[in-house]
Amino acid sequence: MAKIRNDYEHSWWPRLLQWLEDGSTTLDDELTDEIVESREGHLLPSHEDVAAHEARLEERHRKTLEDEQAMYDHAHQWSKTKGARLVDWIYRIMAVVICVSIIWVLLQTASYLPPFGSPDNPVNNEVSQRYIEKGMEETGAVNIVAGMILDYRAFDTLGESNVLFIAACSVLILLRVSSDKKHPGSVHQLEVEADDRMYEPKNDMILQHITAFLVPMILVYGVYGVMNGHISPGGGFSGGAIMGAALILYLNAFGFKRTERFFTFKTFKVVSVCALSFYAISKAYSFFTGANHLHSFITPGTPGMLFSAGLIPYLNIAVGAVVCCTMYAFYTHFRKGDM
Amino acid sequence: MEFLNILLLLFIIVCAISVSLTKNLFTSIVIFMSQSLAMSVIWIMLESPDLAVTEAAVGAGITSLLLFVTLKKIHAIDQQKKGATGHGQDQE
Repeated sequence: MAKIRNDYEHSWWPRLLQWLEDGSTTLDDELTDEIVESREGHLLPSHEDVAAHEARLEERHRKTLEDEQAMYDHAHQWSKTKGARLVDWIYRIMAVVICVSIIWVLLQTASYLPPFGSPDNPVNNEVSQRYIEKGMEETGAVNIVAGMILDYRAFDTLGESNVLFIAACSVLILLRVSSDKKHPGSVHQLEVEADDRMYEPKNDMILQHITAFLVPMILVYGVYGVMNGHISPGGGFSGGAIMGAALILYLNAFGFKRTERFFTFKTFKVVSVCALSFYAISKAYSFFTGANHLHSFITPGTPGMLFSAGLIPYLNIAVGAVVCCTMYAFYTHFRKGDM
Repeated sequence: MEFLNILLLLFIIVCAISVSLTKNLFTSIVIFMSQSLAMSVIWIMLESPDLAVTEAAVGAGITSLLLFVTLKKIHAIDQQKKGATGHGQDQE
């Protein structure tokens, strides 16, 4: 057990504790001491004594305040003039140093790159050759890009879709206004919604009519892009983004009440999770059978047909659904923190 | 074709520089949008229409929409209207 020193009471730690507890300082102690001393002389202090004490107290109090003010002013002045200049100076130096070092690293990297267009570059290997020559035969996709990203490199695309889903999750964590299911119209929610509707008219006729005309076409174009991803340019990402944009336009024209009839948070959850797990499971099956030379019921089919190219159209639909839901979720959460 | 290509590339460079130099946040988002649009035209000229569609939908559409909504959320748009240009970007 540690010994308590004799002068423990006067060391800094208990003094700090005491100061924290009742806020009394040594100055106050001196004052009380003085009062006590003066009381010892006469049993009852006269009015003059009390008045004098009070005046002295006042004087001290005022002096302390003045000292503090002077100190604050000094510190403030320092932070305003010299300090600001110092920090500014450090910032500039650091900015230049960081910039120069990044430029140096990047240039160093660039100097190690192989010369542009030389035939023995690592880019010109048998992989791209094989993609171009046998891509259609092996995957059944006329669009060679779709064949690459959803067949040869499907794992990569799964990672990308997951990144989107994770991004949506982080937006949910950061921006979701906690909604109470039992009391739907909480003050905070109403505030957010009022803030959301601040700059725009609620039912703009022109916007609504144009939207009613445009949204079906945009949606159909998005669906076309997704479904024809393996035949023509397009695919899950672009088609999904177009569909998401169409949903956002619809939401802007008609408000949350109309969209909540068909797209709620539950829809987002179900669609995203189902699409991602379908992607993962079906591709796991395809990789497993392909790697072990097992018979797979997934066949390339006739190239150019809508339902051909094995898994690619279905994977495109899954990716498109994830992208569409993610875009819509981003927008709704940025606007009112809910779906 | 060559001329159009060079024109578009110059337009993109000018846009990219002016986005960072514009004081008004609203204007810089609009410039950013137009830069994305020019970029999508360049993608078409480079014969990659799928990238062009994605660029137009994501770069010009959804990204700028999200930026606009963010400006609205931090009340940067109305302050800029009040305080002419440039000075109203910091909150309250």
